[in-house]
Amino acid sequence: MKKILVANRGEIAVRVIQACRGLSIKAVAVYSEVDRTALHVKMADEAICIGPPAPHESYLNQEKLIAVALERGCDAVHPGYGFLAENPEFAQRCEQSGLIFIGPRSETIKAMGNKVEARELMLQAGIPLIPGMKEPINDIKQIAAEAEKLGLPVLVKAAAGGGGKGMRVVRELTRLEEEANAAMREARSAFGDGTVFLEKWLDEPRHIEFQVLADGTGHTVHLFERECSIQRRHQKVVEETPSTALDPELRRQMGETAVAVAKTAGYLNAGTVEFLLDKDRNYYFLEMNTRIQVEHPITEFVTGIDLVAWQIRIAAGEEFPYRQEELLQKGHAIECRIYAEDPAQNFLPSPGKIHFMKEPTGPGIRNDTGIYTGFTVTTDYDPILSKLVTYGEDREAARARMVEALQEYTILGIHTTVDFLHDVLIHPQFIAGNTFTNFIETYMGDWQPPVIEEYREEAIAAAALWYLTGSGSGRQPDNKAGSIPSPWEITGNWEIGQGQLGA
Amino acid sequence: MMYRFESKVDTRSAEFKANREHYLDLLVQFREQLAQAKTGGPAHMHERHKSRGKLTARERLEKLLDRNTPFLEFSTFAAHGMYEDKAPCAGIITGVGQVHGQEVLVVANDATVKGGTYFPMTIKKHVRAQEIALENRLPCIYLVDSGGVFLPLQDGVFPDRDHFGRIFYNQARLSAANIPQISIVMGSCTAGGAYVPAMSDETIIVRNQGTIFIGGPPLVKAATGVDVTPEELGGADVHCRISGVSDHYANDDAEAIQIARNIMQNVNRPAAFQLDRVEPAAPYYDPEEIYGIIPADLRQSFDMREVIARLVDRSEFHEFKELYGATLVTGFAKLMGYPVGIVANNGVLFSESAQKGAHFVSLCAVRKIPLIFLQNITGFIVGKEYEHGGIAKDGAKMVHAVATAQVPRFTLIIGGSHGAGNYAMCGRGYDPRLMWMWPNARISVMGGEQAANVLLTVKLAQLEAEGKQMSKEEQEAFKAPILSRYEQEGSPYYASARLWDDGIIEPLDTRTSLGLAIATSLNAPIPDHNFGVFRM
Repeated sequence: MKKILVANRGEIAVRVIQACRGLSIKAVAVYSEVDRTALHVKMADEAICIGPPAPHESYLNQEKLIAVALERGCDAVHPGYGFLAENPEFAQRCEQSGLIFIGPRSETIKAMGNKVEARELMLQAGIPLIPGMKEPINDIKQIAAEAEKLGLPVLVKAAAGGGGKGMRVVRELTRLEEEANAAMREARSAFGDGTVFLEKWLDEPRHIEFQVLADGTGHTVHLFERECSIQRRHQKVVEETPSTALDPELRRQMGETAVAVAKTAGYLNAGTVEFLLDKDRNYYFLEMNTRIQVEHPITEFVTGIDLVAWQIRIAAGEEFPYRQEELLQKGHAIECRIYAEDPAQNFLPSPGKIHFMKEPTGPGIRNDTGIYTGFTVTTDYDPILSKLVTYGEDREAARARMVEALQEYTILGIHTTVDFLHDVLIHPQFIAGNTFTNFIETYMGDWQPPVIEEYREEAIAAAALWYLTGSGSGRQPDNKAGSIPSPWEITGNWEIGQGQLGA
Repeated sequence: MMYRFESKVDTRSAEFKANREHYLDLLVQFREQLAQAKTGGPAHMHERHKSRGKLTARERLEKLLDRNTPFLEFSTFAAHGMYEDKAPCAGIITGVGQVHGQEVLVVANDATVKGGTYFPMTIKKHVRAQEIALENRLPCIYLVDSGGVFLPLQDGVFPDRDHFGRIFYNQARLSAANIPQISIVMGSCTAGGAYVPAMSDETIIVRNQGTIFIGGPPLVKAATGVDVTPEELGGADVHCRISGVSDHYANDDAEAIQIARNIMQNVNRPAAFQLDRVEPAAPYYDPEEIYGIIPADLRQSFDMREVIARLVDRSEFHEFKELYGATLVTGFAKLMGYPVGIVANNGVLFSESAQKGAHFVSLCAVRKIPLIFLQNITGFIVGKEYEHGGIAKDGAKMVHAVATAQVPRFTLIIGGSHGAGNYAMCGRGYDPRLMWMWPNARISVMGGEQAANVLLTVKLAQLEAEGKQMSKEEQEAFKAPILSRYEQEGSPYYASARLWDDGIIEPLDTRTSLGLAIATSLNAPIPDHNFGVFRM
């Protein structure tokens, strides 16, 4: 494998390019018109503009991506996460065009993508499942009957879906109709499919997932768990490993189940098996994610295995050389997802220009990011800015480093979740390890940003001075305010006669 | 807040669609020719070059310039259709790119084209690049891989003012003006060629590959009878350890390029001039609509404001003297955040339009705002009434203002460029910082039809004096060779081949090219205005 097309943007595109570097593989970045100056474009060996900002015209434009990959002589395509990462059609089109899709086979993506089919498959293989309906429905009366059978509370969930869309918890029978209708509406508009199914709702469950890796020979291992219980509207925001809820015996059992799930699915490459764990330590298979997870760095810290590099190496036909017994979980790692959102305004998106950014540094700190000072965050895509990850010999050491790192992390110009995450990390219940999926609603509902009075005026004066005198580096910018980049900086890879000819 | 121009273009009309089809055809031809030119020498020469472990000229430039930044290449069509088409790009690549965030001028010999030897057009292109470096104060990096002048054409490369010797003269003058001169010797530099590295401020040479000597081994053998290898005579070890002709020793192309990049970190060049910039923004109207706006038949007129609206930020245009001298459009706009003054043709120039042009150009010169000339001009108005009205002195005012305006001026021929209109609109003779043509453009002293008719009228007058006449068929036969000659010589490819411009660019690359060019021009200060005598 000599050249890979990275069919994504932002921090994950940067991460894949870095993995390519380590393997001496050339990386071809793609970008939409609004991402011309993005970090992944600057870092790649080659960068090609693939169209307008709207995702379906650029990052979701399968034809264009495959054409670019072929034209640039790529051997493989890495989809990252999101966009086309779990699109079986895209995987299949890559396969048919002679490109290696870095991920599982298209049939596996298809089978695991349909939640109902996946449940059915796992049920037959004896994998524990949350009690729930086997068939998706769109009839309200039937839904009510099933809800009574399962016992409240229940979760109404879109058959096709993810990311928290089309999901409703129902605690009283009287609210069922309204909530089910809302879920169906959401599902229809988000996925074009309004069918839903019901599941028993577990109170204060933990979200625990296992990383798996399978190579072309069928050798399948797990790389331990990640606890992703701290969520906001079903979106993970803080993840850690190991989980405070598992002991070695339960970890072994769940790990074996995860490997069994992967084998049942005929899995190839990196994937994640998600479980819910209830208060009585019962665990249930939730779904399998057929891609690299956002939160993969914490697993990399505790196992020392470079997951993205192994995705590529496995795709290139290499065998994974470690047996399950050789894989160790050492120390503790925590990840915080930094979003361009305003936590004080109900997490409203906060696009805009990053006037200044300073990343935290130090032992055990890793920041996977796609942004830099001067970069403009748009509303065109997922608002994730970076993933701050810390490692320590135990949970408290990792947590203390995270608290320090969040304090040091400076992003000016837009609102971010940095301060909010800091306060999650210092909450007594978090410190005690009592994490569960509605932690934020329970403890952080009335959160307000800190107000700093001390040295406020001095800080403003210092910032104004910095702004007015330029960044202080050698070359003086060619404008008064020092903040408008030259056409040389914003044009990206360009030559006369290379643009698209006639749409 | 400037007003946005209200476009009147109907993008659904049959005419728009036909124009667009026609333009896309022109672009397909352009792309083909461009790709052809960029391949350089024949395949076997590429193989030979690569087998010696050398990178091609374009690969070298890619490594030299900052990753994923623009490269503004000049005169890719130099020598197009000349020298039996054996010298694509005239065997040399020139352009502006960035090294460590600083704009530099690069000149790279393409050794796959006749061993990188200098044809007359090669020299013209090299000297023109140095002129661009001087005007914009750009550090020069020469990637030298050349066998010297192309001997069969010695009368076109050696004796005259702007021939081979001028290159070294320029290097000395540039260096004296504190414009860094850096050479990387990646192949042979023989005889006169030896002066490129020798005249440089800093020189890098590649081991077992680069050689510098005043007389090569065959000459030494002939003169002294001694056998000597090129490496012994003038290789990297000789010049870095013994002679001191070179300053830095590199093991291969890649290392030599890295050293050149490091040199650029130590040149200490703050930006020279600042313009009042605003945040850049794309045009409101889709620039692609230009294809449908430019008429397939250039004799047909079109409103130049429609083109301006598709080049400038937010399509906002602050027009100056809109109601006066309407055949010339003048006004202010922002281009990629830079303030610009635009002078564009909407017909033949009358006294009023010429006066307006002179007024507007001097306004920009006083305010130090870069000027952009958009040419589509047949010339000045003719006739008794206009001569009596003083069209000659009004035209002279505009020509004077354009010639003496000391702001960066950029010229684009986007239609026809004929007659004295070319002069008033900052043609090649008026030293625009950069000048480009669009693939549909035409340039000649007058249109072919006009020229044929003028010559025919003269001929008929002669014949009449001798008491002879010409039949209709004879008249057509007389005109035919003139028409075909104007057709061929008026083409942008013919013009670009002879360096009457700095390249052919596509309409959709124009905005970026201008933005990069303005940013580049700010490496040099803009002096205060200084006009001569305007005939009033």
